Amino acid sequence: MHFLLTALFLSCGVAGAQELPYFVTYSHHLEEPGNLEIENKTAIAHPQDGNAFLGSAIEFEYGVAGWWTSELYLDGQTAAKEATTFTGFRLENRFRPLLREHWINPVLYAELEDTNGADKSLLEVVGHDGTSDLAAPVHESSPEKQREAELKLILSSDVHAWNLSENLIFEKNLSNQPWEFGYALAASHPLALHGVPRPGSFAPQNFIAGVEMYGGLGDRHAAGLHDTSHYLGPTLSYALPHGVSAMFSPSFGLNGNSLDHIFRLGLNYEIGQLFARER
Amino acid sequence: MRSAVVLAAALALSSFAAGASSNWRAHVPGKEQELTDPLPQSADNAAAGQELYRRNCSGCHGADAAGRGHKPSLRSSHVRSASDGDLFWLLRNGSLAHGMPSWSLLPEPQRWQLIQYLRTLPE
Repeated sequence: MHFLLTALFLSCGVAGAQELPYFVTYSHHLEEPGNLEIENKTAIAHPQDGNAFLGSAIEFEYGVAGWWTSELYLDGQTAAKEATTFTGFRLENRFRPLLREHWINPVLYAELEDTNGADKSLLEVVGHDGTSDLAAPVHESSPEKQREAELKLILSSDVHAWNLSENLIFEKNLSNQPWEFGYALAASHPLALHGVPRPGSFAPQNFIAGVEMYGGLGDRHAAGLHDTSHYLGPTLSYALPHGVSAMFSPSFGLNGNSLDHIFRLGLNYEIGQLFARER
Repeated sequence: MRSAVVLAAALALSSFAAGASSNWRAHVPGKEQELTDPLPQSADNAAAGQELYRRNCSGCHGADAAGRGHKPSLRSSHVRSASDGDLFWLLRNGSLAHGMPSWSLLPEPQRWQLIQYLRTLPE
């Protein structure tokens, strides 16, 4: 068994493609086929009427085909003066129905999630999500089951080195709750358009800067902006050597129902061609 | 409404079928085939392309670009005889049905630098 695992990993390479600096928004760029990306996304915030928390999601993203990416997320959270708990998992798939680049590229996203009310990974904001959901003590919120199906329509374009991405989110709690809606928008641009022969660790070509905005759009019974939360913030990704990349974004709440700010950190490692055969 | 759904499905299927052909050069529009590298041909650009290749492409095509597993060699006559425009089109669109991702995320000058590097590879 050890031999097989060793042989598997020896046959892998490290892949180092640049990541877009988005925490909530998806673009049309899927995982490269055969590559496995392991990523940690962390959200740190302090609700006014609750304890500071750190919500985290570990993501395993595998490129099944050029037009299909599959992911597993494991979520957890820790809150000041409260417990550190595992809060659930998500399974998602993304499909590109059109196999060429167009001025706008659609991607279909389907997710099943089984989390509890203490989940604070903030991978999306939908419906009437707000500070009160995040301020509840863990012992009160964790018994609440969130078995949800989520669909997203991802639209994304690459125009003159800009990436522009728009997501519409439709989420349904399977325990007879109404459909909830949300959105995420993002734009980004690399700091350098040309490569250099021997880029240093801090060469501009290793950075992509952008801006991201996301929020809820109510539910089927009360669609719109009333009683919803929204966030906006700059974001930056940095491709480190050896297949590692890091992301950082401070997001700022845009209304009274939002957290004042969320600090987001991401760390990503990509293993190239997990099951490739050597010639 | 029904005809719109049928039309959308037909468009999606035709796009899938077109992308599924392994002879990607047959799908490059004539106008794009004729594109030429706007960057000056230089050792620096090729060296920058080599670094971009190492970071983005070597995982699949191998450090020496001779191919890896079922991922094709980039030293083949098929690639060597492709025009700059052909290669630029492939980097932009990929060949998703065959596992080649789109590299439209890379800025255009970096894609041209990659092509300059590919031109330096021996057979």
